[in-house]
Amino acid sequence: MNTAAAIDPRHAAGQRLRERLFRAATFVAALLVLMLLGGVALSLLHGAWPALAHFKLRFLTSEVWNPVTDQFGALAAVYGTVVTSLIALAIAIPVSFGIAIFLTELAPVWLKRPVGIAIELLAAVPSIIYGIWGLFVLAPILQRHVQPWLIDTIGPLPIVGKLFQGPPFGIGILTAGIVLAVMVVPFISAVTRDVFETVPDVLKESGYGLGATTWEVIWQVVVPYARTGMIGGIMLGLGRALGETMAVTIVIGNAHRIGSSLLAPGTTISAAIANEFTEAVGDLYTSSLVALGALLFLITFSVIAAARFMLLRLERRALSSV
Amino acid sequence: MSRRFLRKVINLVALGLSGLATAIGLFFLGAILWTLLSRGLAGMSGTLFAAMTPPPGSSGGLLNAIYGSVVMTVIGILLGGPVGMLAGTYLAEYGRDAPVSAVIRFVNDVLLSAPSIIVGLFVYELLVISMGHFSAIAGAVALAIIAIPVTVRTTEDMLNLVPQGMKDASTAMGAYPWRTITSVIYPAARSGIVTGLLLAIARISGETAPLLFTALNNQFWSTNVNAPMANLPVVIFQFALSPYPNWQQLAWSGALLITLSILILSITARFVVARLGPGGQR
Repeated sequence: MNTAAAIDPRHAAGQRLRERLFRAATFVAALLVLMLLGGVALSLLHGAWPALAHFKLRFLTSEVWNPVTDQFGALAAVYGTVVTSLIALAIAIPVSFGIAIFLTELAPVWLKRPVGIAIELLAAVPSIIYGIWGLFVLAPILQRHVQPWLIDTIGPLPIVGKLFQGPPFGIGILTAGIVLAVMVVPFISAVTRDVFETVPDVLKESGYGLGATTWEVIWQVVVPYARTGMIGGIMLGLGRALGETMAVTIVIGNAHRIGSSLLAPGTTISAAIANEFTEAVGDLYTSSLVALGALLFLITFSVIAAARFMLLRLERRALSSV
Repeated sequence: MSRRFLRKVINLVALGLSGLATAIGLFFLGAILWTLLSRGLAGMSGTLFAAMTPPPGSSGGLLNAIYGSVVMTVIGILLGGPVGMLAGTYLAEYGRDAPVSAVIRFVNDVLLSAPSIIVGLFVYELLVISMGHFSAIAGAVALAIIAIPVTVRTTEDMLNLVPQGMKDASTAMGAYPWRTITSVIYPAARSGIVTGLLLAIARISGETAPLLFTALNNQFWSTNVNAPMANLPVVIFQFALSPYPNWQQLAWSGALLITLSILILSITARFVVARLGPGGQR
């Protein structure tokens, strides 16, 4: 096998030992990744247990969050988390779709790379920067120009109007949703662009050969082919939006309440934890915040797992079609 | 004829909107950078790097916060980088087809997008409670946990790009797999692995949420990693929301500093890949 080994058994033994050690080291490191997820889940459950045992199901169904009377319910935070994320998706999905179309079908070759990198850089900007930018730049603009207009035009309408009533605070659920939208656009557009690029040229060329316009090829050939991947990308963006902390904490106003208006301050799970954790006095208060964290973990875990599962299936299909 | 016209109009409108969407994305990047430059440049001076974070109303700098951020990022990447590289090596080489690898890849992808504040809570439960106090080392561990999945992913991807022929050639010469991996595969994938590490550094150096209740903050100069330590993201958070003009100015300068460093890191990482090619060969 190995000439050196045949000559010198000690050398061979040393080689085998190193082989075993190195192999074991890589395996342990790989297992550590598994243990991390398990450790996170266990420690959150452990920390959340006192609150969950005390409030039982009321923790999920109660809107009251009152440290003075030691009453804690997650509903307002869950509501804020879901609504801000939905606003973010409503804005980010069409924008990301447009960016992906631009980057794959429209942009000249020399422009693709710089524009693609610039959009990706939006993901590199730290959350805290989005937060202070949202508070000091975006919120005043919304308060002065956008929100009064929303209140005047949509506010009086039936049903939808309820979402846009009350004073223009600047900060609040809508503002948080908009900031989140900017933050998830790079994630959704990157995945969408990548799945668009997996569409075989032959399919697109057949479309063009039949006289279809660029848009018709995109809408009737590219999108159906890439649908699963696009949904995976959107879920990935949703996972980001649900767990995003600092930017939301700064612009949402931190009020544990469920108001009908999107212009009112609210809170999210992550914002409540970031704001209150170091100031929480009493075991029940701390434990309730950890329970919020466990809830967030459960929600994001399901969303991200679903997203990854979809993208994984797509990868397999791409591999099998090669 | 009119139907053809309509199709052309729809086409133009749709493509125009996609261009507009791209413009919107670029506009936000530009707007954020412009805000940081216009508000942060005023505070860029020698004292920013020489003085400690001041009490309200007097002048100062960000030296202790910059030092703390660098220390925690370095410890974080020293802890998380090797673990991520080894785990990525297992996934790409030893355990490429093992059933457990599929699970690990999936879990790693989940960790990659897990909310960072959850990691903060985890480290709080794990280290801060058992040690009894906040500390820089707890902050660094939280950052390491965030760096691990990034490194695992990039290492595995990059090792997979190394041509099978090179591995076979090494094996044919009688090398054990560890020798093949360390002497042939790692050098061939070096630029890719370095890129992964740079991206991991970029990712963790701006993280705020996991530091809030692990490293906490410290207004004074401290080199003790077993005690709370100042760091740029938390200082920016605290100072930006304060009512004091000198604190707010420092926050904007710190924000400019940290964003520029991260953007430069990210762009450098991309150029390393572009210039050397993913496998390291030109």
